[in-house]
Amino acid sequence: MHEHDVIVVGAGGAGLRAAIAAQEEGADVAIVTKLHPVRSHTGAAEGGINAALREGDDWELHAYDTMKGSDYLGDAPAIETLAQDAPDDVIKLEHWGMPFSREDDGRVSQRPFGGLSFPRTTYAGAETGHHLLHTMYEQVVKRGITVYDEWYVSELAVTDEPDPSERSCHGCVAYDVKTGAVEGFKARKGVILATGGLGQAFDHTTNAVSCTGDGQAMAYRAGAPMEDMEFVQFHPTTLPSTGVLISEGVRGEGGILYNEAGERFMFEHGYANNDGELASRDVVSRAELTEVKEGRGIEDEYVHLDMRHLGEERITDRLENILHLAEDFEGVDGLEEPMPVKPGQHYEMGGIETDENGQTCVSGLYAAGECACVSVHGSNRLGGNALPELIVFGKRAGRHAAGADLGEAKISTGETDDAEVGEVDTPVDPGAVEAPGEDVVADGGAAVADADAVVERTAEQERQRVEGLIEKDDGVNHAEIRSRLQDAMTEYVNVFRNEDGLKKALEIIRECREDYQDVVVTDPSRTFNTDLQQTIETRNLIDVAEAITLGALARDEFRGAHWRQEHQERKDDEWLKHTLLAWNGGDPELYYKPVILEGENETYEPKDRSY
Amino acid sequence: MSTQVPEGEAEGESADAEAEVDESSPHQQRRMNEKRARAEQRELTREAEAAAAEADDTVLLKVFRYDPEVEGKEEPRFDDFHVPFEKGMTVLDALIHARDNYDPSLTFRHSCRQAVCGSDAMFVNGKQRLCCKTQIADLERPVRVEPLPHQEVVKDLVVDMQHFYDQMEAVEPYFQTDELPEGELEEQRQSRENREKIKMSTRCIWCGACMSSCNVAAGDNEYLGPAAINKAYRFYMDEREGGDLKEHRMTVLEQEHGVWRCQTQFSCTDVCPKDIPLTEHIQELKREAVKSNLKFW
Repeated sequence: MHEHDVIVVGAGGAGLRAAIAAQEEGADVAIVTKLHPVRSHTGAAEGGINAALREGDDWELHAYDTMKGSDYLGDAPAIETLAQDAPDDVIKLEHWGMPFSREDDGRVSQRPFGGLSFPRTTYAGAETGHHLLHTMYEQVVKRGITVYDEWYVSELAVTDEPDPSERSCHGCVAYDVKTGAVEGFKARKGVILATGGLGQAFDHTTNAVSCTGDGQAMAYRAGAPMEDMEFVQFHPTTLPSTGVLISEGVRGEGGILYNEAGERFMFEHGYANNDGELASRDVVSRAELTEVKEGRGIEDEYVHLDMRHLGEERITDRLENILHLAEDFEGVDGLEEPMPVKPGQHYEMGGIETDENGQTCVSGLYAAGECACVSVHGSNRLGGNALPELIVFGKRAGRHAAGADLGEAKISTGETDDAEVGEVDTPVDPGAVEAPGEDVVADGGAAVADADAVVERTAEQERQRVEGLIEKDDGVNHAEIRSRLQDAMTEYVNVFRNEDGLKKALEIIRECREDYQDVVVTDPSRTFNTDLQQTIETRNLIDVAEAITLGALARDEFRGAHWRQEHQERKDDEWLKHTLLAWNGGDPELYYKPVILEGENETYEPKDRSY
Repeated sequence: MSTQVPEGEAEGESADAEAEVDESSPHQQRRMNEKRARAEQRELTREAEAAAAEADDTVLLKVFRYDPEVEGKEEPRFDDFHVPFEKGMTVLDALIHARDNYDPSLTFRHSCRQAVCGSDAMFVNGKQRLCCKTQIADLERPVRVEPLPHQEVVKDLVVDMQHFYDQMEAVEPYFQTDELPEGELEEQRQSRENREKIKMSTRCIWCGACMSSCNVAAGDNEYLGPAAINKAYRFYMDEREGGDLKEHRMTVLEQEHGVWRCQTQFSCTDVCPKDIPLTEHIQELKREAVKSNLKFW
């Protein structure tokens, strides 16, 4: 059994930042990641990092823009923490040598981004995430932080009290991808999940093949609720054939969207008369798909993003990476012709419920970054707000887990007294296929409280599970289940949603769950068995896909990224609340908690969100 | 082991070769029996492959296979996969298709699919390439896919990257400075020219293609290699690091297995998927080394 004070699962922006912060606080910290850190998907982020750095801008404006962008579903304490901490944390990156783009006076450049009232997006070309990731990994190397790379964390080691708020997380279990050895990792102070997105639940996504919702699903099954999972961001500009992302920076620099008739539809068809292409992402994605649905799309599939008028010099200086992506993955020369783009799954606003210090309701279990829901982004994330979230909340989770006093959190976690019981009419039972109570977490026989024993017991369960999967000789391949799940999510839980479709999706997800009971790993090898890894990931994808769909069915209103055909308005009287799903031993339970709109200096008043 | 296996020895029978060998342990024996009993399913797979082969346009992949613990794969071999070709298909797409439809045990690293994570550098038709940005249409067929040469093969197309990481970490690959601006929210200044100067060097995605292509690195295991030297270049040229650090960095670069080992063959520059002028960067550091040595005379 390995043992450290703090164990960070995942080595993207949030994980690396958490590890650095925990170490600075004096903790013995280790990172466990299924990839090598520099392979993490933070590296694919292009646009930039929002931070109020300059005169004329301040954190309150950043907070206001973020609250408006969230369609009033973000929690003010989380949003204000992000806006307040981001400037220092961005400057810290600069002090660590991050190669930001520069102004003539040598200062860090900032550019306009969608939904921002001030050009506050700091950037490093159109490859900001790559530089952020590498800069932070450099710091991890410098500090000699232990990294278990290519170790796949498959389960959390959590005690089994009936009430999740009374449980403690003592570590996790991972297997060495290279050798197949399953081992326990004990965390004396805390486990921080920083596992990133879940885009592989969808068929067309900008996310990496590794973005399989592992952290969300593990935390969910361990008792930490999933919050606001129905809010999935579809990025308006992805390449049609692969889902590769074309940065919002293109529109930030002045790129224009055209339909087949050559109309600048964001204005000409009235989708966003003020901000046009720089309206919020959900607005632009729906506009594009509406154009296609009404017959004004190109090849009935996509629209054009044109940046030629920016000129070669400006494009090469600020958006060079976009030229390479368009050429390599779509065969288009962005200097000579417009680029084809369509919406693609990009970001999950919801996730593991945490407070502003990264804590979940399970003692010792933290989450930060895309896998978490603090909630900063509410129902829609603004461009340039994901990277500051990684560094701000990664840092806070790392410090808190290591024992720093960050003051009492204003956001509550777990099912507290102000929770409102929710109901949703599902065509099939969601949750575990086996009877409730047989779940891994709930099934422990006699209660085990000793930390070592909890980790060992979980490790033994995982060894048996892995053996079972490999030894089984007959059954379905995970790839078949995964692909059915992805197709269903893209067909029914996409930009446009309706009740029938969501119910259909739940039925298919149920079939996937049932088929998964018969899943088989064909590769008999213990060495680098990716068949095994993907099989375990597929189970996680089923859990998160179901949570997204349940939330989407329950929320009968239109807010931010969540659009419902039958419910075309935002219902503030009824829905200024977060959707929470508790795994509840395999029998998911839905409840709500109110949004916190009371900020430090003002209470945010929900207004019409027009751009 | 090396992946440079003479063709005659390495060519295997087919993707089903694994199923044809005699396996010994009881578990494997049982598996074998079960597998034989499932001949029908295999037949279906074969039919699918055959159908694909007959379709209008299929691409034949010849893929290196090796697994130290699975009988029949202990000896390296090549398996054939017939993959239906689609416009825009990359080598990675074809490998994924083969794995998901024909053989789930086919093993390779991949993640982002967009040439930024650096996981899927392989030896494709005799050249180090990033599979996700290599179009099948640009290649001669059949397409031969092997693991990166000059590295230990872990399994199939996966190589052990540890030596590469060790070299990267040997050059103190992190920003160092003695003095930081003191004012609140005060950043270090960097001129646009200097940022431009280091820009290409900061694009490295640690894929290892350059190191694998380098003859010098193949012969001298301690040679830092192009990627690590480029990483050092990125800091050496960054005006935000002070003058003392330049001297310190130069001692690392000038060591016996440092910049002077480079024989200017340009193979690293030739294979770099991010178009980093690696050889030029190494040459520039050699010139810097000469300059700094002259200073001490």
